[in-house]
Amino acid sequence: MSDETPKKTNDGQRFDRLPETADDREVEGRATREEVVEWWDRRFGVPPETFEGYSFWEKGKGKIWILRGEVTSPIRVEALGLTFLRTRQEHWKPTTNAVQRFGREASRNVLELTREQARQFVRGETQAIEWDGDWGYLVVAHELAGDLAPLGVGLYVHDELRSPVPKGRQREL
Amino acid sequence: METLERYEPLVAEFDAFREACRRPLPSVVRVNTVKATPDRAKRALDEEGVGWTDREWSDTVLELDTDSPGSTWASFHGWINGQEEVSAIPAEVLAPEPGERVWDACAAPGSKTTQLAALMDDEGLVVANDNNLGRLSALRFNTERLGITNTVVTNQDARNFSLKPFDFREFDRTLVDVPCSCEGTVRKNPTTLDDWSLDHIRSVAGVQKGILRRAIQATKPGGTVVYSTCTFAPEENEAVLDHALSEEDCRLVEFDFPLDSRPGVTEWDGEEYDESVRKAKRFYPHHNDTGGFFCAKLEVGE
Repeated sequence: MSDETPKKTNDGQRFDRLPETADDREVEGRATREEVVEWWDRRFGVPPETFEGYSFWEKGKGKIWILRGEVTSPIRVEALGLTFLRTRQEHWKPTTNAVQRFGREASRNVLELTREQARQFVRGETQAIEWDGDWGYLVVAHELAGDLAPLGVGLYVHDELRSPVPKGRQREL
Repeated sequence: METLERYEPLVAEFDAFREACRRPLPSVVRVNTVKATPDRAKRALDEEGVGWTDREWSDTVLELDTDSPGSTWASFHGWINGQEEVSAIPAEVLAPEPGERVWDACAAPGSKTTQLAALMDDEGLVVANDNNLGRLSALRFNTERLGITNTVVTNQDARNFSLKPFDFREFDRTLVDVPCSCEGTVRKNPTTLDDWSLDHIRSVAGVQKGILRRAIQATKPGGTVVYSTCTFAPEENEAVLDHALSEEDCRLVEFDFPLDSRPGVTEWDGEEYDESVRKAKRFYPHHNDTGGFFCAKLEVGE
């Protein structure tokens, strides 16, 4: 079909701002800002207004980054704000660091661990834990210094909690 | 350690200076206010039985009674970050405001970048640049762990840094914390002086001059540039300022800092520098029980 405009594709070497809504989407499969914000609300109850003043960017297929404020799009730089969310897969997955930063606002799918369970979690270990809620990605937290503090994202399946804490972030505490 | 003998003409109480350089450094961290208040970070340390002592001059700088601040819950959560006390000086002197555009010209491994972001309440833009891709990964790790969202990371030679990726032409403020001979870090790393040579100092001073000049050019008229090193060598400090004063439209400005310091020197090794370099501050290890540091504040010409 030579008369058809070629479809725009994702360029893994640069950051592109997410389209606002599906109507604005030019690159196939790219998440929209609306979908990203709704996902955090639906999955974790993080209020959409939490993300006012932030922009969202894709670099690499499905890797979403969050930036306070704006820059021009597209932009070729090494990093833009914080890695935030992995899309373009059946179950979207937030990053450990995004959950530590924005999981404070979560009111749904929050799993609270004891101190000993938290130690296992930050060592990167899978553990058997009872949880009546949804399977899938959870905000995993523990009580620290007077309030719940998110440790990161956990994956709950088959009555066990898996720890996706990246190697470099794991600690023996 | 003999290397430091060359500074005897500059340092009164030279024996105290030499003794201090032999002692290990206290373990100091900065509270990352993007993720926690100082009170909450202290409470987390209390719960773990890690002792802390406030620093009079700052709400966010704490001395800990552990050698491994990284092995604490407060660190895992990104509430604290290991940062030597004097290393916290230049970002405070630059004093960026929320919403401004700030360039951190030699940013890795990012303790000052993340401090700038925190001083800005994580609003506005910090452009964190470093020419060393390997060190950039350490910077990235730190901005991520501390939950910083207002920082863009670039990989350029700061001497001819290009603003092309951006839709603005100048920064409000720039931090020039240059690579240096690191003499002042001898308390942390006693082998740091093993590779010392005057040739290295001369060559790194050339790089420092190039970076400072580009920083002045890339900062708006009336904007602030802070120049800092962790070395005592006037060749890398006052001489670099003297060069920038003669080549670029800028001036040194006075600043207060609540740690004991000495003014910049105007004479060294047969060279004379512009009188205004006295406005820079030299921080010696024996004065505040810290590493050695040098910091100057410049204003770009209108």
